[in-house]
Amino acid sequence: MADSLDAYLVLAGALFAIGTFGFLARRNAISMLMSIELMLNAVNLAIVAFGSFIAELKADGSVIALMVMAVAAAEATVGLAIVIAIYRNRKTPLVDEYDAMRR
Amino acid sequence: MRAWIYLLAAAIAGAIVTTPALLVYVLGGGTVDDALFAALATLMLVSALAVVTMRDIIRCGLAMIVSFLALAGIYVVAGAPLVAAAQVIVYIGAISVLILFAIMLTQSKAGPASLVFQTQAAPAAIAAIVLAVLIGVGVSATDWGAASERIRTLTEPLARLLFDEYVLPFEVVSVLLLAAVIGGVFIAKRETGTEPD
Repeated sequence: MADSLDAYLVLAGALFAIGTFGFLARRNAISMLMSIELMLNAVNLAIVAFGSFIAELKADGSVIALMVMAVAAAEATVGLAIVIAIYRNRKTPLVDEYDAMRR
Repeated sequence: MRAWIYLLAAAIAGAIVTTPALLVYVLGGGTVDDALFAALATLMLVSALAVVTMRDIIRCGLAMIVSFLALAGIYVVAGAPLVAAAQVIVYIGAISVLILFAIMLTQSKAGPASLVFQTQAAPAAIAAIVLAVLIGVGVSATDWGAASERIRTLTEPLARLLFDEYVLPFEVVSVLLLAAVIGGVFIAKRETGTEPD
């Protein structure tokens, strides 16, 4: 099980699907950001799995995974700053009450 | 009395995590790595489900930390120890603290919202299940040309690759992080004089 690429990829797919559900279904903006983090982690798991099972990739998989982590950190910083800025104006973290552009 | 409830919950959680590992190790005849992989994968999926379904958002954040930790363990099993270390430092050390801070800053005094999900929760669940099934079918139908066992990524070749061939992306990422820090401070900054109330 730990020696087959398919197990890692199916696990990554399951984690990505859980993140997708959370992003589509939750009302809280921070819950949606947490779901995005889960999805990024799933993609990172797939990258690392490819890196450790495809011989031609050598260490490239790990390097790309480290880059993805840095970009995810940047994304989390800006995303949470946007959520806090919106919260300061609207006094709620629930995304279905952000309807200023619909009215 | 409350302590017994927590102990019971911890025992049930431990049983849920260790059962697949025991099944793989004893009945399936797998190696210790297989058992470790099964236990960590179960822990990761269960805590990820807890992240997207639990009502109290602070508990969601803590479950997310458990999920990140299990994923770091899976990186170790997959043979990428440096990525596992970076996962612990970046995700558990930095991003989780950031998210917990944001949760504390945006909690309303009324407590958790009575409705956790939007009205589109059922279609979202169907879409997620379809996505998982499609990924599973696609993965198992494809021949990846994979090696039959894991290739460990040693730290020295990784470092040589990172600071030799990938040095330009490395520097671009450092500039991106600087831009993200400045942008985050600018967006979250309280504007003086234009505050509505």
